[in-house]
Amino acid sequence: MALPVDVEALDKAFSGIGVDEKSLISILTNSNEHKRSLRKGSSKLFIEDENGFERWDQSSIKILKHQFNRFRDAVVLSLLHPWERDARLIEKAIRKGPKHYNVIVEMACTRSSDQLLGARKAYHSLFHHSIEEHLTHIKGRERKLLVALVSAYRYEGTGVNEDVAKSEAQILYEAINNGDKNKLLDHEDAIMILASRSKQHLQALYRHYNQSYDKTLAQDLEGEGILKDTVECLCTPQTYFTRVLEAAVKEDADEESKRALTRVIVTQKEQLVKEGFVPNKIQDILLGLYKDFMLASIASGDIK
Amino acid sequence: MATIDVPEQVSVLADAEALRKACKGWGTDEKAIISVLGHRNAVQRKQIRLAYEDLYQEDLIKRLESELSGDFEKAVYRWILDPADRDAVLANVAIKKLSPDHHVIVEISCTRSPEELLAVRRAYQARYKHSLEEDVAAHTKGDTRKLLVALVSAFRYDGEEINTRVANSEAKILHEAVKDKEFNHEEIIRILSTRSKMQLMATFNRYRDDHGTTITKNLEGDSGDEFLKTLRTTIRCLNDPKKYFEKVLRNSIRRVGTDEDALTRVIVTRAEKDLKDVKELYYKRNSVPLDQAVAKDTTGDYKALLLTLLGKED
Repeated sequence: MALPVDVEALDKAFSGIGVDEKSLISILTNSNEHKRSLRKGSSKLFIEDENGFERWDQSSIKILKHQFNRFRDAVVLSLLHPWERDARLIEKAIRKGPKHYNVIVEMACTRSSDQLLGARKAYHSLFHHSIEEHLTHIKGRERKLLVALVSAYRYEGTGVNEDVAKSEAQILYEAINNGDKNKLLDHEDAIMILASRSKQHLQALYRHYNQSYDKTLAQDLEGEGILKDTVECLCTPQTYFTRVLEAAVKEDADEESKRALTRVIVTQKEQLVKEGFVPNKIQDILLGLYKDFMLASIASGDIK
Repeated sequence: MATIDVPEQVSVLADAEALRKACKGWGTDEKAIISVLGHRNAVQRKQIRLAYEDLYQEDLIKRLESELSGDFEKAVYRWILDPADRDAVLANVAIKKLSPDHHVIVEISCTRSPEELLAVRRAYQARYKHSLEEDVAAHTKGDTRKLLVALVSAFRYDGEEINTRVANSEAKILHEAVKDKEFNHEEIIRILSTRSKMQLMATFNRYRDDHGTTITKNLEGDSGDEFLKTLRTTIRCLNDPKKYFEKVLRNSIRRVGTDEDALTRVIVTRAEKDLKDVKELYYKRNSVPLDQAVAKDTTGDYKALLLTLLGKED
């Protein structure tokens, strides 16, 4: 007979992010009788079929697939050359649609200029088109911003003209507060500023905005989807990544949010370590080999 | 094909010494400078600069800048730079003019290969501490700005594949955009700045086949419209760069008073690329060899350098 604690353990093995492989081995290598009572006991995974057997719940199968694939995806993502990795992430995001455009923003804005160039080259090799060409498929108003971000080769040196930064903060302020907020994605000057200025310049702009208007640029862009993501990724990346990680471990997190966990940890481990990220929050919800891999990744985030 | 004549054996040390000798003392031996630099390719010129720096602890370029003057000095300066660095300088000069030279920016972004354009962007940053697209954006406005920023930021796929369905549909889009004279600039800019060059040529050919006339003819109009002018230059550069360069040369010489900037720019930037083909086009078009036309319209050391780069035997 399977004890309630076994049933609970079975449910638990699939209820985090990743799979508790060890637990499964010890629960499932028991007698058939044991397994039968596991099925009867687990209301999460099995439902009573009218033909007299405990049938696996359809939605659980899907979840299981995702859970088992997490380790695999993490391995592949971490093994790929960063250029190929980013190119593939971008291509997938374009294909999957508007809910995934933040990934494109993330790739374009959190990589160094040369890494982004590398991703563009890899994209040529893999997909025989430029990223800009494939972005043509996007009919929505996000296209302009995304093309501009992906095409940027930002200056990475120091030296910011504070006067220009301040006046450009004003341009953004007026675009957001005095203009038609629905047309922000069409605002040529705003897009030009966000897509062509160096990150240093934009961070100075961010400071000026805060000082001049008593709120942050990110706050003013609340609800503005990829515009807010753009600003955060360029000016306050740690805020962006923290937000993504927290969304991944929430109770009702969807599959995309959970996938972001792998993506962020694998691709940003150096950054996370630099910012003193402590994996306490996520530790509890990760499971199995996937958990080991993620924690080891964070621990190994040497800054090269 | 290139026009410059480079000897089989080259000793960059001997060259550096020869250049030093040409600059020492009163006056400068311009002929010696031309006879060395005018017969060296980009790799060799770079090695000569390094050798000169090693031997004399001095920047050869700075030395030449101080010794030479006028159109000759400008030409030597542009010639001696690395191609990517040179393009960066040309772009910056074009941008910073009171009335920016849009066609130079188009020329650089559309006639260089994707990799070459990337190298120009890097060189531009190294020199000017801004990105090329930043500076273009800051000095242009409106639809012209949109077009130029898109062109300099492009990293086109370099392959040979053509999608005929796309060529067909985009030729239609271009025709729609052009016909209304209400030019849907967004679509034109998108197509011209993202498609590969092979794909665009297929599209332009399709346009011509469908409408019996080239797209550039259909764009002719108010010559005061800066966007239109820039657009025409873009399409010409993408469609047939050699023909475009022939036209620039023809216009630069024909003018009352030669446009030395344009003349220098084309000869210096194409001498190691396709100037020979451009020369042939020029002869076909004007029944006068380019060398002859240049010789008639220029003088002195400037003329001597240009003719050397055009492949004239010493």
